[in-house]
Amino acid sequence: MKRRWFATPYALWMLIFTIVPLLFVVYFAFTTRDGAFTVENFGKFFRPGNLPVVFDSFRLAFFCTAICLLLGYPAAYFLASRDFSRGRAIVVLILLPMWMNFLLRTYAMMTLLERNGVINTLLEALGLPPQSLIGTEGAVLLGMVYNYLPFMILPIYTVLKKMDHRVIEAAEDLGAPPMKVFSRVVIPLSVPGVVSGITMVFMPAVTTFAISRMLGSGMIYLIGDTIEDYFINFSNRNVGSALSLVLMVLIVISIGLLRKADPKGEGGALW
Amino acid sequence: MVTSVARRAPRRRAHRLKLTYIIVLLVFLYLPILVMIGLSFNASESRAQWTGFTLDWYGRLFNDSRIMSALQVTISVAVMATVISTVIGTLAAIGMHSMKQGWSNLLTNVAYLPMTTPDIVTGVSLMLMFVFVQWPLSKWTMLCAHVAFDTPYVLFSVLPRLRQMNPNLYEAALDLGCKPTRALFKVILPEIMPGVITGSLLAFTMSLDDFVISYFTSNTDQNLSMIVYSAAKLGVEPTMYALSTLMFLVILALLLIINRRSKLEEI
Repeated sequence: MKRRWFATPYALWMLIFTIVPLLFVVYFAFTTRDGAFTVENFGKFFRPGNLPVVFDSFRLAFFCTAICLLLGYPAAYFLASRDFSRGRAIVVLILLPMWMNFLLRTYAMMTLLERNGVINTLLEALGLPPQSLIGTEGAVLLGMVYNYLPFMILPIYTVLKKMDHRVIEAAEDLGAPPMKVFSRVVIPLSVPGVVSGITMVFMPAVTTFAISRMLGSGMIYLIGDTIEDYFINFSNRNVGSALSLVLMVLIVISIGLLRKADPKGEGGALW
Repeated sequence: MVTSVARRAPRRRAHRLKLTYIIVLLVFLYLPILVMIGLSFNASESRAQWTGFTLDWYGRLFNDSRIMSALQVTISVAVMATVISTVIGTLAAIGMHSMKQGWSNLLTNVAYLPMTTPDIVTGVSLMLMFVFVQWPLSKWTMLCAHVAFDTPYVLFSVLPRLRQMNPNLYEAALDLGCKPTRALFKVILPEIMPGVITGSLLAFTMSLDDFVISYFTSNTDQNLSMIVYSAAKLGVEPTMYALSTLMFLVILALLLIINRRSKLEEI
């Protein structure tokens, strides 16, 4: 038997359990319950009543991405600097949560923010009035940043770590002040990592459902929650599929943009 | 002398500033988890006060039949998914290594699909197919889904090993009269074994860790993450702290082992 046939079981498995299911999403998105062709599923979701949900999801995901970038870029820059050249343990610690169950991390966040949670208990002990932290947009945003921050740090760190330090030294030798070296050399060279980080944070943030359920206590409702409801509770799979298809198309577009900004795939750790 | 000291002082201050920033981030990332672990040993059910150390919540965990059956589902699915994905992923890597570039690129891109598709869409798409072909959503459908997202991790751990391997070794074995199958087991497999083990550890971790895809692909059988999610909808409960603590520690241990074998940030 030729060795190239060894890939057949894998190819078949991926075909049946990855590619075909995605085609089912397309099929259900364009059909009615009885299987007739329709485009109404798209209209049913994007009616005025639902637009705030779409708007909120994108707004929260945007803020989450911006905060992660603001917090993550300096972290990646510091970790890649010579001060941390022996601190790989710290790098691992920062990146480990990426691989840990986000549900458990969100549950831990709930513990802090709950009405009778740790933060409110501390406030009471200090004689301050308890705050309603959970069930607010701020709580959901905090949960998103908490979960996705390492996804921003990793690609920027990878790019900065690989950067040729002689380029920086050259800029310094030619008399550029530190701020100028940073803005004219470091930042432009790290663009692939930034773009990759933005996609890696924005995409899960815009599609999340458990974080908003747990930290929004039913008050915050996002696209992901809508999809969950269509599939699990309302059982309107056709509208749910249409919505999933829209998300998928948006993601294909952003991957296309990513490839354009980073043609060599330098910033891609997971892509 | 004066200038060098003067130059060093701000540098040290900059270093301290960087270190402080990183430590603040670490506290942000780990404090909620540490608080939760602490509370899993708290005798009082409230988060309000510490009334003494207890292992009661852990005891309850092991007496809760729902949690125990979820544990069984989680582990059995993870073990089966790991075995299947390790076998087909390793075979695929060997096959793709001896393929024409075009085909191998196509199959590599297919492996990126589960990594790039949002989990919710992957889960929903599998659910649609299983419902359409009338497979009851159980741990078996969950297993099929887990193998699909685990296999790329095995593939991407094994492929670099094959590329590093000296291609003459296999040819030499054949020239010396070794049959291709035997050469595969005696020459190629030992060379790529470290990649196979790392890949299977990663697959196992990802399977234990999964929530979203399992949630949409299984109905009758729940895994541990699904139990935590349904409990979280009702509010926080100390037994869930105990369960989360145990899951955290297991996943953390697995990740540290994987990280020793190959850099996590390169996966």
